[in-house]
Amino acid sequence: MTAPTQTVPNPEAIAEEARKAGPFARALDGYAERHEDVIGVTADLSKTTDMNLFRERFPERFINVGMAEQSLVSVASGLEMAGYRPIATTFAVFLTRRALDFVAMQISLHSANVTVVGGLGGLCSTFGPSHQGIDDIAHMRALPNFVVLDPCDPVEMEQATVAALEHEGPVYLRQLLGKEPVVLDRDTHKFEIGKAVRLREGSDLGIVASSIMVKHALDAAEQLAAEGIQASVLKVSTPKPFDGDAVAELMAECGALVTAENHLLAGGLFSCVSEALALRGLGGRVVPVGMRDEYGSFGTLEYNKVQHGMETKSVLAAARAALDEPSPR
Amino acid sequence: MTLSNAVELQEVAHRMRKSVVRMAAGKGEGYVGQGLQMADLMAVLFRSEMNWKPEPGDDPEADRFVLSTGHYSIGLWSAFAELGLLGEDDLDSYGEDGSRIIMSTERGGGVEGVELTGGSLGHGLGVGVGIALGRQLRGHSGRTFVYLTDGEVQEGSTWESAMLASYKQLDRLVAVIDVNRVQADGPLVLEVEPVSEKLRAFGWWAEDVDGNDIGEILAGFEAAAKVDDRPKALVCHTEMGSGVPLILNRERNHFVRVAAHEWDAVKSEVEEP
Repeated sequence: MTAPTQTVPNPEAIAEEARKAGPFARALDGYAERHEDVIGVTADLSKTTDMNLFRERFPERFINVGMAEQSLVSVASGLEMAGYRPIATTFAVFLTRRALDFVAMQISLHSANVTVVGGLGGLCSTFGPSHQGIDDIAHMRALPNFVVLDPCDPVEMEQATVAALEHEGPVYLRQLLGKEPVVLDRDTHKFEIGKAVRLREGSDLGIVASSIMVKHALDAAEQLAAEGIQASVLKVSTPKPFDGDAVAELMAECGALVTAENHLLAGGLFSCVSEALALRGLGGRVVPVGMRDEYGSFGTLEYNKVQHGMETKSVLAAARAALDEPSPR
Repeated sequence: MTLSNAVELQEVAHRMRKSVVRMAAGKGEGYVGQGLQMADLMAVLFRSEMNWKPEPGDDPEADRFVLSTGHYSIGLWSAFAELGLLGEDDLDSYGEDGSRIIMSTERGGGVEGVELTGGSLGHGLGVGVGIALGRQLRGHSGRTFVYLTDGEVQEGSTWESAMLASYKQLDRLVAVIDVNRVQADGPLVLEVEPVSEKLRAFGWWAEDVDGNDIGEILAGFEAAAKVDDRPKALVCHTEMGSGVPLILNRERNHFVRVAAHEWDAVKSEVEEP
């Protein structure tokens, strides 16, 4: 009844996992190669959180605690106290709902150098409300000391993984597995924590977008341009610390905004944008696209997007509402 | 200086009890009953069993101490006072606004040697397992002690950690489980016994001792030291208020309230070894 002690890497298994590796696995692999103190921990979700390559490459630095998320977080915290730089993965729902007290007390409060990774953020799971992390950003952004990262595509996922590991202090990284459409240019995009980036310029309307909704925002802006309406698209991949100045600038330029997020409106991007504008005393309408006080559905992401109004046409409808009535009633 | 003599350790425990009473006196509240019940265990741990220092850094031989039960900080402060890490002024500020000598524990809260943020129960064993696991991987010989209490045995997280600890053969992890059979709502509202049998079923070495008998505690740690293939637990049966009859006999002695005029009696009742 003792732990199998696999500590010698198996070249065939490594090659196999390297073929399947997503952006997270690739970035972690390179970083862990250069930093011997990186230790990976997961709770029976190695495969589905893209940790298999790490497991094969660094078996002596891989710990699977079993299906036990409170243990996952506690162990990661303890490993940091023993001199390691832990990165812990599970699904966003289990990390931020089930284990939140542990994240707060054992990572956030004393600002531990621990990266926690939440898989299946937003509506990305077909398995319904139990697996869809539509509230993870709200929970994590409420924890002091935490940096919260919500990359928008596979290019950014890879870069954000490195940024998370380089950051001193706790980071929540909302994971993408790499099957999402690419919107950023690998050669020119350089992810920076806390910096929102304009992907398109236009002064008729501002669209603030995050996660997989960035693609829909860009597509909507393209369609609006065909109608002679020029929209800016501001990509926000760091819900915390939030780039409120970039949002304020956009509102000052355009007079009305649309937000588009793969998350509940409560506590997510719409909240961040609204707070930033209120703090600065800026008016103007903000029309949100995202989950409205409801849970997701069983079924594919495409089905869920239709069910919950998170398509390109949803962004277009929001844009028209914002343009029709830019000022608050 | 490490002590192995039970008589000397009883004197240590006596000094710790006086510190506990000093901290709680006049406050009308405070975890005096728990602080008193812990004194014998803390005396043995900090003056005999552990090779402990407040800042272990990367010392491979240093023992680490994780107090899981935040509101048992009163016992930790009394041990720190015994080691000269805290002074009388510190003890007198126990629980006061702005004091770092809080009624719980906070990592990074201004007192060197506090490893864990307590308060939310059932966290200590998991963090202790993480520390022990990391140190096992790094080849450290030092041990990791986790002090937890019977109420925390009711937390599911404790058992997640217990399962992992034995699977990973954390033979340098030592749990001290203080069973006083009292919790926030009074006498145990959910039976936890048999604690040691449960732990053995989880792959641990476990033995029951009288947690207010220094001789038994010393023997328990001696027996544990001979086990080198699994995590170890001393299940320590204690009595709240041990060593001060007035407190011991109070019926409602969780977060005990002692009237202002009674504290002099309590102080004089701290029993000589």
